[in-house]
Amino acid sequence: MPARITLPTLSVISVALMAAAVTMIFFVAPEDADQGISQKIFYFHVPIALTAYVLFGLGAWKALRVLWTRGERYDLESYTAIHQGTIFGALTLITGAIWAKASWGVWWTWSSNQLVLFLVLFLFYCAYFMLRFSVEAGPRRERISAVYALFGVALIPVSFLAIRLASDFIHPTVFTREGPQMTGTMFGAFCVAWAAIVVLALVMYSVELAGKRTDAHLRELREALGR
Amino acid sequence: MSAGEKYVAAAYGVVFLFVLVWVAIIAAKLARLERETGELAELARGRRHDG
Repeated sequence: MPARITLPTLSVISVALMAAAVTMIFFVAPEDADQGISQKIFYFHVPIALTAYVLFGLGAWKALRVLWTRGERYDLESYTAIHQGTIFGALTLITGAIWAKASWGVWWTWSSNQLVLFLVLFLFYCAYFMLRFSVEAGPRRERISAVYALFGVALIPVSFLAIRLASDFIHPTVFTREGPQMTGTMFGAFCVAWAAIVVLALVMYSVELAGKRTDAHLRELREALGR
Repeated sequence: MSAGEKYVAAAYGVVFLFVLVWVAIIAAKLARLERETGELAELARGRRHDG
């Protein structure tokens, strides 16, 4: 988090952006001609998915810093980013399933590469926690977790580009080389919604990280006081 | 309420619920940290009195 923006300020910005996003989605952006009202799920589903990618990427970047500098703080930051990414990943899968049911009549389809690859990415990062907590805390766990997080980042571009490489055309492609396939107000609502989700993720990341750091400091204090 | 509207409400409701559950978990964690900090402060005060 930038040093100049404090957590309370960021929280206020998050609430304001979220209110603006909901207003734009439901009162400004027009209803989609093909999908009708169910297309409104797009404004939260896609930003949440993109934010999950960003958080997994952040986790991998911090993991690289762990291996590079052996800094303990980066391990905690990497772990927190991946934890947040998993939360946003779960939300992507759930909102995606609801949208799929509304648009295609099914909750899930194995024939869409985009869906399957995102599920693989999600399960890969779920396994990160199993690996992390199966190793005793210390430098070894930090290194193993960092290497695993770095492996996972390779799946992100594959998952992101799968929709363009897929041959099924079930999952809609909204962003093409010709630009976004939607009206200006729809795109504006999407941008505000994405900003709101990113800031929300940043707030959640900062709060969780502060909690984990406090926890670690308390553990140190307890050891120093002989408890 | 049409079927489409129900799905939209469900999708946004799930997001809201997730954030709410996360806030509840963080609140529980904060309460635990507060209790543990209090215990450690008590211990530190006791040691200062003794020594």
